[in-house]
Amino acid sequence: MAAGVAAWLPFARAAAIGWMPVANLPMPVAPTNKNKRQDELIILNVSGRRFQTWRNTLDRYPDTLLGSSEKEFFFNEETREYFFDRDPDSFRSILNFYRTGKLHYPRYECISAYDEELAFFGIIPEIISDCCYEEYKDRKRENTERLMDDLEDNKDNKPPNMTFRETMWRAFENPHTSTMALVFYYVTGFFIAISVITNVVETVPCGTTPNQRDIPCGERYTEAFFCMDTACVMIFTVEYLMRLFAAPSRYRFMRSVMSIIDVVAILPYYIGLVMTNNEDVSGAFVTLRVFRVFRIFKFSRHSQGLRILGYTLKSCASELGFLLFSLTMAIIIFATVMFYAEKGSSSSKFTSIPASFWYTIVTMTTLGYGDMVPKTIAGKIFGSICSLSGVLVIALPVPVIVSNFSRIYHQNQRADKRRAQKVQKARLARMRISKAGSSTAFLHSKRNGLNQSLELTQLPYYKMKLSPQGSLEEDQQLKKTTSLLESQHHHLLHCLEKTTNHEFVDERLYEQGYLQTALQNFPSQSPSLSSEEGVTGTCCSRRTKKNIQALNATHTHSHTHNLQELSALHIHCGEQQPLNTSRSSLNLMSDESGSLNCKSSGLVTTAIISIPTPPSNNSRANPDAPPPPNPDAPPRPNPGSDVVKISAL
Amino acid sequence: MGAVVGTLTMQTRQRPSRARDKVDDELEMTMVSHRPEGLEQLEAQTNFTKQELQVLYRGFKNECPSGVVNEETFKHIYAQFFPHGDASTYAHYLFNAFDTRNNGSIKFEDFVMGLSTLLRGTVRDKLEWTFHLYDINRDGFINREEMTEIVRAIYDMMGKYTYPALKGDVPKQHVDTFFEKMDKNKDGVVTLEEFVIACQEDENMMRSMQLFENVM
Repeated sequence: MAAGVAAWLPFARAAAIGWMPVANLPMPVAPTNKNKRQDELIILNVSGRRFQTWRNTLDRYPDTLLGSSEKEFFFNEETREYFFDRDPDSFRSILNFYRTGKLHYPRYECISAYDEELAFFGIIPEIISDCCYEEYKDRKRENTERLMDDLEDNKDNKPPNMTFRETMWRAFENPHTSTMALVFYYVTGFFIAISVITNVVETVPCGTTPNQRDIPCGERYTEAFFCMDTACVMIFTVEYLMRLFAAPSRYRFMRSVMSIIDVVAILPYYIGLVMTNNEDVSGAFVTLRVFRVFRIFKFSRHSQGLRILGYTLKSCASELGFLLFSLTMAIIIFATVMFYAEKGSSSSKFTSIPASFWYTIVTMTTLGYGDMVPKTIAGKIFGSICSLSGVLVIALPVPVIVSNFSRIYHQNQRADKRRAQKVQKARLARMRISKAGSSTAFLHSKRNGLNQSLELTQLPYYKMKLSPQGSLEEDQQLKKTTSLLESQHHHLLHCLEKTTNHEFVDERLYEQGYLQTALQNFPSQSPSLSSEEGVTGTCCSRRTKKNIQALNATHTHSHTHNLQELSALHIHCGEQQPLNTSRSSLNLMSDESGSLNCKSSGLVTTAIISIPTPPSNNSRANPDAPPPPNPDAPPRPNPGSDVVKISAL
Repeated sequence: MGAVVGTLTMQTRQRPSRARDKVDDELEMTMVSHRPEGLEQLEAQTNFTKQELQVLYRGFKNECPSGVVNEETFKHIYAQFFPHGDASTYAHYLFNAFDTRNNGSIKFEDFVMGLSTLLRGTVRDKLEWTFHLYDINRDGFINREEMTEIVRAIYDMMGKYTYPALKGDVPKQHVDTFFEKMDKNKDGVVTLEEFVIACQEDENMMRSMQLFENVM
């Protein structure tokens, strides 16, 4: 229940009088205010600054330090005030939380100090209200990142127990880890540069030979260049093989872009080695040499900027595609127009539409080589329109690409926001849980038998709910003192139940009720009893709640009969219980249907063992005991075994 | 082209001023807060003591700083107590029952008067109040439709997950039981007198009504 509206609880309870004429059943007794005292002011002395508030204000949140009896530990007898040796400035926001129901995070406050204060006073940070929650989360994230960065800088020594392979991979990926890695890094960089320069210089004309022909250096100093090439390819091959060996996932490494570049860089050499003798394919061989230029891309391992550029282009693919598409459209249109315009003129260079493409491209990009010019007037007019529109068409997609680049530059910040969204979802989930917590709190207190002795009339059906002996002690341990507010709220909900003659159950029981009504088709042991009770459905979980004292006697011996023989629902539970205490307490209530044990209903299989003859004659004879022997789950479902049987009678 | 741009900007300039008027109106409305009559007067008119009135007012003002509760806020507050189901329909009827002056808002005086009747009034007062709650159209009679509405609203508060599962006609059965008990002359409607007499005959109900005496 939102404690902010705690003040309206008396109103809600008074309004419950409106249900009375409609109700068919008597109402439960209201919880009384045992120590009924006037609302008093209490003084909270926080490091000398005195705050005063009503006691009721603090009681609104009974699961915090100030709202519970924990504050009595800080009570100072002489001065009759509660003394806390904490920061008075932070305490302001904490006290405001009690007053207004909203927790705010002051901006000037240090995030870790604030967190400590919240932890001390038992307030969870998730309830910070929306106005301050963004700020809080941002500051918290920055703080943790900064702390983590500091940690990472400190750990220079490599973690122990790294295999040789892992060390190698780490050296390859992060050259700063060791000197060997750094040396390797620079050596490969040097050789990439050498290889690229070699390829370039190979084609430079290198002085004349006696037969008056300029030949490129590559053909003049063939052996030298061949040796250089071989050396570089050796180095690259060794590097590639070493990386392949060290990679944690070889398949993934082979698929990565960098390794493909490596392969493409060294392949031409080997293919060239194989093919030197065959003159026919020398043309293809020459083409292959072009691929040697890909070695320059190996530099991207060395340069972060190149990688970002590559990534930008990759992610701007759609914008680039749009640019290309619009350009193509314009080119085709103008080329067609120019072709038909220039068709008439003699000796026109515009021999076909594809030939006009070249003119259009050169004009639209404002290059204007001048190798093709229109001669007719119509051609000139359309030519000028073409060049004007070229400027526009090219200028439009470019800002898109530029903005994409800046988007990628901020991409790491967006990744953080995505993380924050997950956190937001987690927060909403937590708030939903706490809201659901108020509803489950009622169901929990019901099952714990806290509603005993709250019955107004003494009908036999509503006798004291005694749990079977085995779990009585656990029950008593579990009964924590609920605040008066909570008990009054639960009383209100209980009245509603009595008014409508239906009970609140949680989702699982509800679904189970569905399942078991479906199983009604099996020959029921005591059809008459169900009509006796006047309860719809023959769900035995309903009956298990009414545990009668008389049943305890027959409990043990009918137990063995029924458990094995009756048709049962086996519910295979998943793993054990979450921290939610209400659920764990349900474990120990034997009269509960065992499915409540399951956090996530695993496998639900109906296992029909047998339909026995009714062993229930003895208890049927008992006039005031309602239903039949209830085959409930065994008294203490051992946490290990995950199969819980619920029988459907 | 310049003319086009000019007219477009003129359009947009008009819009903010209109929006500003609306905002001013809203500001005015929220700033009007209501202050209740003095403590002594309220003490005289209701059956509460001064301290009780103080506590009540503090709670009231905390939730509604402007001093009046409108139906939205009321529904929201009431829904906090019934997280399982949907309390808005019943809250709507309750709101109408408290809003004796029928102007869509509850002031502190209305609130306290209603509570005084419910908590400190005579049995007859309580029953009359309940009758007015049920009598949605204030015609002095409770007919089947009104009762079905109320019962349905109460069942809505239970939510979906109940045991036994709610079937469609459960409210109707409830209404039938109610009419059997209350409608003495079987004319299909329940008058105030029939209601009061029938309730006073029902011991359970009398006992239940006394439950809430010490709510404050």
